[in-house]
Amino acid sequence: MEQRQRLVVVGHGMVGHRLVQAAVERGLTATHDVVVLGEETRAAYDRVALTSYFGADGPDALSLLPGGAYDDPAVTLRLATTVTGLDRQARTVTLGDGEVLGYDQLVLATGAAPFVPPVPGHDRDGCFVYRTIDDLDAIREASLTATGGVVVGGGLLGLEAANALVQLGLRTHVVEMAPRLMPVQLDAAAGSTLVRHVEQLGVTVHAGVRTEAVEAGPDGTGVGGLRLAGAGDEPGPLVEAEVVVFSAGIRPRDQLARASGLEVAERGGVLVDEQCRTSDPRVWAVGECAAPGGRMYGLVAPGYAMAEVVVDALLGGAGRFLGADMSTKLKLLGVDVASFGDAFATTEGALELVFSDAVAGTYKKLVVTEDGTRLLGGILVGDAAAYGVLRPMVASGIALPENPEELILPAGRGAPATGVGALPDEAQVCSCNDVSKGEIVGAVRDGVTGPDGEPHRCEDVADVKRCTGAGTTCGSCVGTVKAIVEDHFASVGKEVDRSLCEHFALSRQEIFDLVVVHDYRTFDALVEAHGSGRGCDVCKPVVASVLASRFHGHVLEGATGSLQDTNDAFLANIQRNGTYSVVPRIAGGEITPEKLIVLGEVARDFGLYTKITGGQRIDLFGARVEQLPVIWQRLVDAGFESGHAYGKSLRTVKSCVGSTWCRYGVQDSTSMAIALELRYRGLRSPHKIKGGVSGCARECAEARSKDFGVIATEKGWNLYVGGNGGATPVHARLLAGDLDDETLVRYLDRYLMYYIRTADRLQRTAPWVESLDGGLDRVRAVVVDDELGLGAELEADMADHVDAYFDEWKATLEDPEKLARFVSFVNAPDLPDPSISFDVERDQVRPRDPAAAAGPVDLGATIPVGVR
Amino acid sequence: MTGGAGGPEGWVPVCRIEQIRRETGVAAWVHGEAVAVFRTHDDEVHALGNHDPRTGASVLARGIVGSRGDEPFVASPLHKEPFGLRHGVCLDDPTVRTPSFEARVVDGVVEVGARRPVPAVAEVP
Repeated sequence: MEQRQRLVVVGHGMVGHRLVQAAVERGLTATHDVVVLGEETRAAYDRVALTSYFGADGPDALSLLPGGAYDDPAVTLRLATTVTGLDRQARTVTLGDGEVLGYDQLVLATGAAPFVPPVPGHDRDGCFVYRTIDDLDAIREASLTATGGVVVGGGLLGLEAANALVQLGLRTHVVEMAPRLMPVQLDAAAGSTLVRHVEQLGVTVHAGVRTEAVEAGPDGTGVGGLRLAGAGDEPGPLVEAEVVVFSAGIRPRDQLARASGLEVAERGGVLVDEQCRTSDPRVWAVGECAAPGGRMYGLVAPGYAMAEVVVDALLGGAGRFLGADMSTKLKLLGVDVASFGDAFATTEGALELVFSDAVAGTYKKLVVTEDGTRLLGGILVGDAAAYGVLRPMVASGIALPENPEELILPAGRGAPATGVGALPDEAQVCSCNDVSKGEIVGAVRDGVTGPDGEPHRCEDVADVKRCTGAGTTCGSCVGTVKAIVEDHFASVGKEVDRSLCEHFALSRQEIFDLVVVHDYRTFDALVEAHGSGRGCDVCKPVVASVLASRFHGHVLEGATGSLQDTNDAFLANIQRNGTYSVVPRIAGGEITPEKLIVLGEVARDFGLYTKITGGQRIDLFGARVEQLPVIWQRLVDAGFESGHAYGKSLRTVKSCVGSTWCRYGVQDSTSMAIALELRYRGLRSPHKIKGGVSGCARECAEARSKDFGVIATEKGWNLYVGGNGGATPVHARLLAGDLDDETLVRYLDRYLMYYIRTADRLQRTAPWVESLDGGLDRVRAVVVDDELGLGAELEADMADHVDAYFDEWKATLEDPEKLARFVSFVNAPDLPDPSISFDVERDQVRPRDPAAAAGPVDLGATIPVGVR
Repeated sequence: MTGGAGGPEGWVPVCRIEQIRRETGVAAWVHGEAVAVFRTHDDEVHALGNHDPRTGASVLARGIVGSRGDEPFVASPLHKEPFGLRHGVCLDDPTVRTPSFEARVVDGVVEVGARRPVPAVAEVP
């Protein structure tokens, strides 16, 4: 067997994390052990979204690895670990604590450090940089006693920092040496349009001004303000502030490489070739510390591309990093800004087309070739909606329409805007994940091979995102993806039809709303008013589910009994031979020995096949329909209720033993799981719902594979939503962190009711979250921030459900009318259905294969033990 | 095993019509085999063999009853194939079928009669 190789990755930022992910996904860990060394105490987090940190519930909301560890056992993540030396001869790195670690392959992903200009006073207390969560914590701490803040640097990051200071309630200034904001991306007119927007938000901009010094506060300590340079020898004005944030560019962290004699680029950064290999063939560099061809890239997308290239090379592939699209689109302080291609018209003969509206605060510029046939680049400020169509036009070099100005004129002034139809198939729509228009159309028209090996044709944007990855990273292209999908459907004359079935030209959500508005209590009333015909196996269970969500009655009450799928109609799980399985509720998987004995006795007395389920329950198979009430009675007498292992409802809430027994547990996960299962049991929903509660970050309850997962933290609970197992496994994502019990339950109430109200039929929570405009952020806006003001209503709905819950099986036993259907034959209730028979396998019954059942038909309820 | 009783003398009373809820079915034991007897929303009654022809399981009486166009049908509870209540032919695949029986209501009592001849595929709407 070949010796396993060790890959050491220095740096656990976004790019280092992506590299490890790629190594795991592409199978490099089959031959390599990976050791990742992170300097910060936190695992990789989303630095691009750093500004959202103050609005989020904690660092976990930004984490790219919320569990703090990789699932693949070949990967070891060591945090709070610095690397102090690199010995390329010995192929070792030296760690901060003196440990020496050998490598076969080494990847430098050390990133960049903020550049702090050496002005006097730059190191005073009160001076900060803007790079890590620790930096933000320090800025927040300082802002508590400050009234003013100033950011040195008016580039992209500087404006992000200014946004943070505004959020912290500081009077905010931005000082930029260049004559305009964002000098790298914007021209003068665009920069001044942006200044007007920024100043409307209360930020004072000082452009074309140098910084002279950071001055001390009145008592000689800390920061009192920033002295600007004046004309000639005169000192300039003082900007009063107690907080100074330097954001004047970044420098690659290439010290390890320099000290070990690796080649570095003239302007800094580890020099690498197109495979991101340094001058030492066993050492690679990616991200901001690397300089492919001598050029450094300060965006995350090129860093990701480099990470993929290195993994490809280690697998023997021929991937190349050939430069990156430095196009930028972002929302800065609420203002849309985009810059792409040759934004400054540096191409010979290039012409500019400009549309500027000072009143609306928009500035749009197109740079086109001399003959006006091709788009070279552009700038958009204030309204960047056209970015999704324009950027791919640059990348693909397609011909411009005859009147290119229509691409940037506001709708209504020119001819209908040229839409996505004008894009060629090879146009790259999602630059983060490199998805072309052709791939998106293909996914809709021809389908994508699914995990089952069958082609799966995408029906909507959520499908396309899942199948192609388009729009799943920064999300800026989702609008374009949607337009492409709709454009395709329009071109083939397909209306996007959300009708349930031939009886209702309505979606499940529309039916839900109609039931709420008109207070319909029966299927007949609904179908007469809004549908046609007598319904079917699609619409009837949907209406039954909606009525149950609203009115909480017994599922077999009156006419609703005829709407239920067979499992709901018989309150048990039908099996292939027409018998049922009974799955008594064992909330949270906790069961006393006495109850366990009862289950054994029931199974033995009725000859039921017994199996432990994945949801921490015990499944009893082979009950004939007429045996169900007798079995339930035995269970009810022993203090059980039968359970919903069927139907579109809450199944189980799985748990570990938590802090009660486990030496690692930090919260009582079992009690929480039981409380949640008992709270949400019986809840009728668009699809089944599963939950899990883990007592610590080790996650033994596999909560993140559930529709809602709760994971204990030292301070409370992290709530994850939208996960599932099954054919398309999805990990649940963090909705909110460090919640107390009461807040956790409140958010869960809202989340589940919001899902029940708005999801499609048979849509589990993961695709539902994807389908929402805004995805998980939308869920957070509704559930956590209560932006729709729906919170109280959703909670009240859930409170109604909890109050109205009753044991459906027990209620059935008490009602002769409901019991009447539980017979073998209406005219021969004492005759068991003779076509049901069993064989024995491993000492238990199994349905007799009808094809093999050539022998005599067994009459009677006795089980033919030993017959083969 | 097949129900051989034909003609008026073969009618077997099964239950009173109120014992079948509208748009549901019940299983009955008729002429030595399991028969699913359905009642529609307008109180027609229909009888089909209770065995789902795809799986052999004796379950059709437990399916959801609805309509496709003007055709009343039951969806098999196992895999949802729709069987026309008037003839027992699968509406999605006419080669799949379950037997169909005469059925009527006399003085409030549902009666099941003879097995009907199997319709040719072309006869099925």
